[in-house]
Amino acid sequence: MHDMSAHAAQHGAPTSFIRKHVFSLDHKVIGKQYYALALIAAVVGMFLSWLMRIHLGWGNFAIPGLHLLSSTGAPGNVMTPEYYLQLMTMHGTIMVFFVLTTAPFAAFGNFFLPIQTGAEDMPFPHFNMMSFWVTFVAFVVMVAAFFVPDGPSLGGWTQYAPLSAVGAVGGPGQGLGVVLWAASIGIFCIGQLLGSLNFITTTLDMRCKGMSLMRLPLSAWGWFITSMMGLTAFAVLMPACILLILDHVAGTSFFVASNLVINGQILPHSGGSTLLWQHLFWFFGHPEVYIAIVPGMGIVSHVLITNMRRPMLSHRVLIYSMGALAVLSYMVYGHHMFVSGMNPVSAIAFSFPTLVITIPSTIVVLIWLGSLYGSKLRINSASLFSLGFISMFISGGVSGFFLAQPSLDIMLHATYFVVGHFHLVMGVAAMFGIFAGTYFWFPKMTGRMMNETLGRVHFWLSFVGAYCIFMPFHYLGMAGNVRRYQAFTDDYLIPLIPVHKFITVAALVTGFVQLIFIYNLIYSRFKGPVAPSDNPWEGTSLEWSTATPPPHNNFGDKMPVVYHDPYQYSVEGASADYIMQTSPEKLTNPHEEK
Amino acid sequence: MATTVHEAPKIDFDRLPSQGSGNGGWRDLGPAGGDLRRVKPSSPPPASTGIWVGLAAITMTFAAFTSALIVRQGAAPDWQHFTLPSILYLNSLIIIASSITLEVSRRQIAAFMGSAKTEGTAPARWLYVTLSLGLLFVAGQTFAWLQLRSQGFGLATNVSYSFFYVLTVAHAVHLLGGLGGLVRVIGKLNHSVLRRSTLNATSLYWHFMGVLWLYLLLLLWMKL
Ligand code: HEM
Ligand SMILES: [Cu+2]
Repeated sequence: MHDMSAHAAQHGAPTSFIRKHVFSLDHKVIGKQYYALALIAAVVGMFLSWLMRIHLGWGNFAIPGLHLLSSTGAPGNVMTPEYYLQLMTMHGTIMVFFVLTTAPFAAFGNFFLPIQTGAEDMPFPHFNMMSFWVTFVAFVVMVAAFFVPDGPSLGGWTQYAPLSAVGAVGGPGQGLGVVLWAASIGIFCIGQLLGSLNFITTTLDMRCKGMSLMRLPLSAWGWFITSMMGLTAFAVLMPACILLILDHVAGTSFFVASNLVINGQILPHSGGSTLLWQHLFWFFGHPEVYIAIVPGMGIVSHVLITNMRRPMLSHRVLIYSMGALAVLSYMVYGHHMFVSGMNPVSAIAFSFPTLVITIPSTIVVLIWLGSLYGSKLRINSASLFSLGFISMFISGGVSGFFLAQPSLDIMLHATYFVVGHFHLVMGVAAMFGIFAGTYFWFPKMTGRMMNETLGRVHFWLSFVGAYCIFMPFHYLGMAGNVRRYQAFTDDYLIPLIPVHKFITVAALVTGFVQLIFIYNLIYSRFKGPVAPSDNPWEGTSLEWSTATPPPHNNFGDKMPVVYHDPYQYSVEGASADYIMQTSPEKLTNPHEEK
Repeated sequence: MATTVHEAPKIDFDRLPSQGSGNGGWRDLGPAGGDLRRVKPSSPPPASTGIWVGLAAITMTFAAFTSALIVRQGAAPDWQHFTLPSILYLNSLIIIASSITLEVSRRQIAAFMGSAKTEGTAPARWLYVTLSLGLLFVAGQTFAWLQLRSQGFGLATNVSYSFFYVLTVAHAVHLLGGLGGLVRVIGKLNHSVLRRSTLNATSLYWHFMGVLWLYLLLLLWMKL
C-alpha cells in the first residue's frame, strides 16, 4: 500500500502514450481526466433533466427518438411513469456523485492541491491513478443500467428501502438496476477513499519549505477539509451498498421487513429495518452535500481574493468555519428523516445542530460580503461566477432555516420546496464554483485563455436562468406540490401546471446556454489565445509561480520556498501590488493573522 | 525507491531525502517568527501518515457495520442467537501470535541493522512465520464458514448469520491486504531496499487487523 509511494522525482516524466495520457501517475493529468469525466457526466445528467422537464410540462409530448433509449420505457416516444422515475434517479445520482463530487473536489483538487502546497506530486501516485480509473468504472457500471432489460433503478438518488431492496417485484429497474446502482456507488466510494487518502497526506506531509498550514490558500483548505469528510463519509456508504446488494443477491433481510406484500406477492424477507438504510445513507448523505460545496467555497474565496486585490476579512475564521461545517455535518443528518417516524425527541436532537450549522454558514457568507464591500473587484467571468456562487448559496441556504424546524418540515418534506433548496444551495452553487474555477485556472491548466465575452454571456444567462428554474420550485412546494411525481393530476395540482411549463422552458434555455461554455472550453483548449504570462491574474499562490502548463514535477529543478501568508495584495510599503508567496521580499506590514 | 541502493544491509533506516519537497511537514508548525518559519529539514514519510488515514477509513467502515448490527437487532424480534464456531478462539490465538512474531522480526531487523554484519541470519525468517500464521488464520476462518454452512446456517438463514458472515468476510478481505503488504516487505527485504516507514506501516496495519479481529470477536460473542 504505502509502497506505492513512488515519487514524481522517482517515477520520472512518462514517455509512452499510455503512461502519459491513460494510466498516468501525474496528478495534473489525473485532475484533467476527472474534469473530462465530470463534463461528460454533466452533459448526460443535463440531458436527462431536459427529458424529465419536457415530460413534466407536456406529459403527452412525444420526444423524437426517445424509444431508442428504451423501447419499453418510452413506447411511441412518450415516457411511462416508471421511466420518468428511472431518468430522475439517474439524473440525481449522476449529478451528485459524478459531477458535484468529481469536478470541484477530485478534478481541481488533484490538479492544484499538490501545486498549491508546493509538492512534486501526491505521495501515492498509483493510488491516485486507481482513484480515477475506479471512478471511471463506477460511471460505466452506472450508465450500463440504461442498457439492461428493465433499465435503471427508479428509487431516486437516495435509494430508500424497502423499495430499493425488494428486487424486481418493486418495478422496472428495481432488480438488476438497483444492483448496478449499488455496485457503482460502492466502487465510487473506493475511488474517493483512495483520493481522500492522497489529499490528506499531501496536505499534511508534502508541503514545501515554509508552507505552514495557515499559509495554504483557501482553495487548498477547501480540498483538505473535504477530503477528511470524504474519508469518513464514503467509508460508511460503501458498507451500506454491500448490505443492499446482499439483500438482492443473497436473500438477506437487512432492509426489508416481514410479510411485505407487493403486487400481490408476499416477500420472503423477514424483520429488516427500512430506517437502517436511511441512517446509513444520510450519515453519508449530509456530509456529501458539504463534500460538494466546500471545495467550491475554497475556490470561490481564492478567485475573489485574487480579483479584489485584498485578503478576506479573516483567513482563519473562514478556515475554522469550513472546518465547523465539516464537523457539524455529521451531527445533523437526521434532519432528512424528520418524517420517517423517528422519535420526536430525536427530531429535536437533530434540529438543534441543524440550526447551529447555519452559524458557520452565515459567518462564511458574512466574511465574503464584508470583504467584497468597498473592494474594487475586477470583473471577469471567474469573479462573476464567484459572485453567482455566493448569491445561490444564500438563496438556497435561507430555505434551509425553514426546513430545519421539524414542525415546518412536516409540511415541506418531499415537496418541490426541498428540491428548490438543494438545487440552489448545492446544485447551482457548486456548478458555479466549477465554472469559476474553470475560467480562473484554464490558462494554467492548458496554457491558453478562454473567451471572456462568451464567459460573461454564459454567466448572465445562467444566473438569470438558474433563478427562473429554481425559485418557482419554492412556490410549488409551499403550494403542496409533492416531488418525484411524474404527472400532476390532482385537483390542487392542476393549477400549478403553468408554473411547471415555465420552468421547463427556462430549463431548456438555460441548458442550451451551457453549450456556450462547452464551445468556449473546447475551442479555447485548441485555438484560444496563448496565455500572456505564467500569471495572467496577478495571483500570489504557488500555482502562479511555476511554468504554464506546469512541468511534470510541477516546479522544475528548483523547489519553491514560501515566505508569506497566501494573499499579500496591496501590502503597504511593498514593492508591488502583490507579493508572491515565493518572493523573499521582507514585508514590514504583511497581511498576517497571529 | 531510486535512492541510494545499499548493497547490504538492505534496510534504509533514513528518511528519503526528498520524500516531500523537503518541507514544512505538519509537525513543524512554528510560530511566525521571521520571514521563513521554523521548519525541519525533512518531513515524516507520507506512508507513516497515510497508514493512519487508511486505518481511520477502515475504522469508519466497521463502525458503520457495527451500528447497522445494533440497529437491525433492535428493529425486529427475529434475531437468532447462536454459539460461535469454537475454532474462532483458536484463530484469535493465531492472530495474536502473528503480531508477536512480527514484532520479533522487527527487533531482529533492527538488531541486524545495528550490527555491522553484512551476512548472517536472514532477518526475514520471522516474517515468513508471520505470513504463515496469517494464512493459517484465513484458513481457520474459512473452516468456520464451511462448518456453519455444513450445519445448514447460510448467509440468509437469519440476519444474525448475515452479520456474522459479513463482518468476518470483510475483516478477512482487509487482512488479505495485510498479507499482501507482508509479501511486499519480504520482497523488498530480499531484493531491494526496505524503508523503515514501509515496515512500520505494514506492521501497524497488521496489528490493527489483530485488534480489529478481537473487537469483532467480542462484538459477535456479545450479540450473536
Ligand atoms: C443553511 C444551512 C442548511 C440547512 C439548515 C439545511 C437544512 C435542510 C433540511 C432540514 C433538509 C431536509 C428537508 C426534507 O427533506 O424535508 C435539507 C435537504 C437538503 N439539503 Fe440542506 N440545509 C442547509 C444547507 C445545505 C447545503 C449547503 C447543501 C448542499 C451543498 C444542502 C443540500 C441539501 C440537499 C441535497 C437536500 C435534499 C436531499 C434529498 O432529499 O434528496 N443543504 N436541508
Ligand atoms: Cu442535510
